[in-house]
Amino acid sequence: MSRTVVAMSGGVDSSVAAALLAQAGREVVGITMNLAGSRSRCCSLEDADDARRVAETLGIPFYVANYGDAFRSEVMEAFADSYLAGETPIPCVSCNQRFKFDHLLQRAAALDADAVATGHYARIDSDPATGKRRLRVAVDLAKDQTYFLFGLTQAQLANAMFPLGELTKDAVRERARELGLATAEKPESQEICFVPDGDYAAVVEKIRPGAAPGSGEIVDGQGRVLGTHSGIHHFTVGQRRGLGVSAATPLYVTEVDAVHNRIVVGNVQALERSGARVQRINWISGDAPKQPIHAKVRIRYRHAGASARIVPETDTAARVEFDSPVRAVTPGQAAVFYADDVVLGGGWIAGAIR
Amino acid sequence: MQIYLDHNATTPLRPEVLEAVTQCLRDEFGNPSSPHGRGASARALLERARRQVAECLGAESDEITFTAGATEANNMALYASVRRAGLGKAHVVTSSVEHPSIEEPLADLESGGCRVTRVPVNADGRLDPDAVKAALEPETILVSVLWANNETGVIQPVEDIATFVKERGILFHTDATQALGKIVVDARRVPFDLLSASGHKLNAPKGVGFLYQRSPLKLEPHLRGGPQERRRRGGTENLASAVGLGVACELARREVAERAHTYATLRDRLWKGIEQVVPRVRRNGSAEHCLPNTLNVEFEGTPGDILLEALDLEGVCVSAGAACASGSIEPSHVLSAMGHTPEQARGSLRFSVGYGVDAEQIDRVLALLPARVERARSAGLS
Repeated sequence: MSRTVVAMSGGVDSSVAAALLAQAGREVVGITMNLAGSRSRCCSLEDADDARRVAETLGIPFYVANYGDAFRSEVMEAFADSYLAGETPIPCVSCNQRFKFDHLLQRAAALDADAVATGHYARIDSDPATGKRRLRVAVDLAKDQTYFLFGLTQAQLANAMFPLGELTKDAVRERARELGLATAEKPESQEICFVPDGDYAAVVEKIRPGAAPGSGEIVDGQGRVLGTHSGIHHFTVGQRRGLGVSAATPLYVTEVDAVHNRIVVGNVQALERSGARVQRINWISGDAPKQPIHAKVRIRYRHAGASARIVPETDTAARVEFDSPVRAVTPGQAAVFYADDVVLGGGWIAGAIR
Repeated sequence: MQIYLDHNATTPLRPEVLEAVTQCLRDEFGNPSSPHGRGASARALLERARRQVAECLGAESDEITFTAGATEANNMALYASVRRAGLGKAHVVTSSVEHPSIEEPLADLESGGCRVTRVPVNADGRLDPDAVKAALEPETILVSVLWANNETGVIQPVEDIATFVKERGILFHTDATQALGKIVVDARRVPFDLLSASGHKLNAPKGVGFLYQRSPLKLEPHLRGGPQERRRRGGTENLASAVGLGVACELARREVAERAHTYATLRDRLWKGIEQVVPRVRRNGSAEHCLPNTLNVEFEGTPGDILLEALDLEGVCVSAGAACASGSIEPSHVLSAMGHTPEQARGSLRFSVGYGVDAEQIDRVLALLPARVERARSAGLS
């Protein structure tokens, strides 16, 4: 019987993922990754307890694994540094990649398990032409999480399982209720786990004390000073509220300029960009295209996607040229490339092209 | 089948103990404080249990106060000793490898103005009696040193320390939770004033323990609420568990020499086997001054928490470090205090044998270990 480790966060999705595998006759081991560490008074304690209750219900072994130190250095500090560099980071991508499909996969191998399963809404299959693994969008489009998973390699996909990929969220909740799982009615977590109250700037200051550059100018597209800001890490591209500047038409942040410690604002048209420079790209097939390709590109999690031409510059860098201008191309976010429902790959937005 | 090698965490009940506890729960519901016949027979059972505990220690019955466990006994010994001297005037000497039920009350007393000196241990986990002596001050009112360490099994020179502490007119307290039942703990030989122990570490139920106070010492009660336990601890007694503890202490008194031999034979079989079948291993703590049942091993470059899980999936229960509130494992502060790096501490597992363990089980563990250590090593210390 093959053994599978399930990353159990204490939420309903990973609970049902574990249940489905156990019902399918697999030997399932539940593991909650304690990422906050023992120093934090974060949600992790209750979440681990919830996961433990589900494991008890399912009758599977369950452990809490401590990755607090690694999470701090590999995710939280990178998150703060990214904000301080004028970007808007998305830590869930590297968390998934490094923790669930690297650290936890290694732990699974040490436990003689051949796969790690998670409660992500995504699908894995094989390309009928090449036999290579493919990452595909979930059946429940509203819940699809492939945006966070573009960094997975062929080796990682070979050892990953997403049991919820064919299910809708409603069906998942229904299964949880049927099974009497303690997490069946648990509300969804929308926030970044270590920013529970949404106050990103405070978290950045806590992770990197004294590193924030402090106040600076708010300028318009022509460089005219319109006001002052309290630190660039309070701002993200596309932000409208909290500027403290009044104008005839609504103003948006169009650029966070870390070099000059400035926030550039403009009207909604000024947010539009014709393209993006994308770096640290992972092509899921393992091979970067030799020629420009056409694909749908999502530039943030809730983005429906925009048609674009992707011009590879190296194996891991490309220019993305949108068919028509796109608003709020934000450095630090991911650009993920799709051909229909197949994820081709993705990378990190290093800058916008005007 | 499960192989339980975590007897320093808790122990199974001995059948004799289970029998006595069950009989008491079934037949003796009386309150030992009641003046009628029901109460009298309950009281008789309680006092017999007290005698059994006292005899195991070479002590008198009236020196034994039943508590809810060693944590309560440790709290009572520390708070009452310090309060007796006055919080702002007291100085306490302890070691750097105490159990949290010593360390946390002391930290609390410290925040109230009490001064505490923590004497470091050497790389073997042992205290130098001279270092303890050097830490004594005119205001020192209490020295508290655990008899044997729960994680490493290292036995402290409590006889030496207790002797000179006593000569200075200072109270000596020892947490003997791990020692009792595994090695001889005798109040006639070692002049401790206060001693804590717990039932569930010696095959009695959880939720019962005791504090020994050498007569005529009588500390203020930690729990107030009635005349029970000669006004040393309020609250209706946990009679059935105390009865179980009494039987367990009687068994321990009779069997301690034989147990020490049996446990040491199993423990040594395990260690010799590990040395043979697993490369890059090291024993933590003094082998000479060690509880007969305890083996703490560093598997170099191995995440001990992962190895624990891998063994557990095969039904083998061992221990690694200390569990935090969520259940994840933190590196051991005891090994850190012995100068081990966080990586060394993380690579360490504790095996503790006890009642029910046999050579066949040890050999089964030795057969399981090599492949699991190798796989855990490949996962690395990330």
